[in-house]
Amino acid sequence: MTTLASEAETPAPAPAPEPAAGRTRRSWTPWVLLAPGLLWLVVFFLVPILTAVSASVQEGDYDDGFKLTWHWANYQEAITQYGTQYLHSAVYSVLCTVFCLALGYPVAYFIAFRGGRFKSLLMALVIVPSFTSFLIRTIAWKTILADNGPVVGFLNDIHLLKVTSALGWTVGSHVLASPAAVVCGMVYNFLPFTILPLYTSLEKIDPRLLEAGADLYCSPFTSWRRITLPLSMPGVIGGTLLTFIPAVGDYINAQLLGNPNTGVVGQKIEDLFLRNSQGYPVGSAISVVMMVGTLILVMSYIRKAGTEDLI
Amino acid sequence: MSSNDVLGGQGGDLRLAGLTKRYGAFTAVDGIDLTIPQGSFFALLGASGCGKTTTLRMVSGLEEPTAGRIFLGEEDVTDRKPYRRPVNTVFQNYALFPHLDIYENVAFGLRRRGIKDVKKQVEDMLALVELGHVARRKPGQLSGGQQQRIALARALINQPQVLLLDEPLGALDLKLRRQMQIELKRIQTEVGLTFVHVTHDQEEAMTMADTIAVMNAGRIEQMGSPADLYENPATTFVANFLGRSNLLPGTVESATGDVVTVRAHGQRLTLDAKRCRSTEGSVILGVRPEKVRITRDPDEIPAGDNVLTGGKVVDTSFIGVSTQYLVALATGEEIAVFEQNTGCEIQRPGTEVTVHWDPSQGFGLDGDQDIEAGAATDEESAA
Repeated sequence: MTTLASEAETPAPAPAPEPAAGRTRRSWTPWVLLAPGLLWLVVFFLVPILTAVSASVQEGDYDDGFKLTWHWANYQEAITQYGTQYLHSAVYSVLCTVFCLALGYPVAYFIAFRGGRFKSLLMALVIVPSFTSFLIRTIAWKTILADNGPVVGFLNDIHLLKVTSALGWTVGSHVLASPAAVVCGMVYNFLPFTILPLYTSLEKIDPRLLEAGADLYCSPFTSWRRITLPLSMPGVIGGTLLTFIPAVGDYINAQLLGNPNTGVVGQKIEDLFLRNSQGYPVGSAISVVMMVGTLILVMSYIRKAGTEDLI
Repeated sequence: MSSNDVLGGQGGDLRLAGLTKRYGAFTAVDGIDLTIPQGSFFALLGASGCGKTTTLRMVSGLEEPTAGRIFLGEEDVTDRKPYRRPVNTVFQNYALFPHLDIYENVAFGLRRRGIKDVKKQVEDMLALVELGHVARRKPGQLSGGQQQRIALARALINQPQVLLLDEPLGALDLKLRRQMQIELKRIQTEVGLTFVHVTHDQEEAMTMADTIAVMNAGRIEQMGSPADLYENPATTFVANFLGRSNLLPGTVESATGDVVTVRAHGQRLTLDAKRCRSTEGSVILGVRPEKVRITRDPDEIPAGDNVLTGGKVVDTSFIGVSTQYLVALATGEEIAVFEQNTGCEIQRPGTEVTVHWDPSQGFGLDGDQDIEAGAATDEESAA
């Protein structure tokens, strides 16, 4: 088959000659186009972060003002005093991410592969609830999980709440004001953030690849395991990150659906900022610790999941 | 699933019995009966929408037949899932797995059947398609021709009883397609498996296949060797679809012994009775353009030739190996003539000529069919 040897291996286009004029005349267009975005990032990202970092090593109170004294003890307090809250934030957000993935993947899969001409409608149904305020939707869960409501009634009837209460997930014969309610609320609120990226990557999968899989001795499950799942990994990673990152910082669900024993870091920060005249620096230190912690977790997760290997 | 029994049996012919596929009111495949001998290179040829790909997909198990059975050797495989059939497909778009490298793509089928030691087989297969050096690349980094060969290797490595090829060369440019045609034929001879090849390209089918089935509207129009189909088309569709034909409607005047005499265009023409599908009433007389000659001097015409007088050249295209003429007859019909470039004089448009051919080279078809069938679609698919 020597004739085929001449065939081009990989297309390697010759580098285009640089236009001589382009090098001498400096173009301001890219900078002008970038300016609004850069300005936004500086004002709403860079400045707040620097403020928070700076505040985290200050001392003082609201009446006398805060001074930058490099008071590192704030960090000592931030790290050692709020162990329970860190643990709650971590456990709730991880549970929320896992449940969102478990519930969201089948939904995204169904819409992408079986949705047919109803795809857009079904995706709209996933997103439309978000048009209502986050707060209102969370408060609605108070009604859904109310003690005299059908959900709690049913769970009591099948005696499930006895088991969950023994495990500490619920309290007595109630669901409200318990860890379970907090996680329920979080899962409900963040589910669309899991489904959207999952749907996008599942929808891109060429169904002919699954036919090729079936042709090459894959049962439907093996096809999913060997073809669909690896190809949807960008969506899995994107969806879990989009869920986990805001879930770690969320405290509305814990506030509205939890009890005093379900405190999360966000609630503590709010307390320190708004209800403690000297809490500002420690609150900032906790924020910084949370940011760094989340960053480390996310980075190691991305590294482990290895997105660069996909397509 | 470590079922090595997927390959089952010792092979055998692929047999389709009354295979039918309907989509609502539309019949895509209309009761096909077909036996494809083991080890043959078989082509299903037809225009797009003729049901050839649907037939292939039913054999692979990706489509369920509405009626009819599929047999591999003695075994009825109609109700077997695709992943339980000893059949593999080379898909039109190749469908290589983008997340796996070339090595893993080729090893895919073996691994799914629970074969642990795949190294030797994969390397051998990559060597067969001469692409061992790209084993660790991703499909996206390969050219179309390389992807095509990997798709072939990925299917062949499983040593299926039947290898199905769905327009495998459709995405390649003309030059590469020619090379791959020869390559596919070589590989088929080497591995000795049954290849069933679906294509709309008659040249591709004729180059590679031992047997061609021409499909039209869900049915098989005619089946036979490339030469047989070309020389003795059974219908106007086949005559027009496979190459080009000059078709002239006429009426049988007499049929005596080996000779059928037909009146067409007010002139008397003869046909070999053995090559006539119909020997009474209205017939269609056909002759291939390269068998027809033109001359300005009627005295040059050999005795016994069929002759059509009063022709006029309306178009001349010199294409090197041959010259193609269009000759208008007095009745307004046009006859295509291909003349080999053996140094004969080129006739300019406007020249008055006589058309003639050896009667043994013509064929006769039943007169009750659409004389244009297959002609337009041929132009389309050739484009």
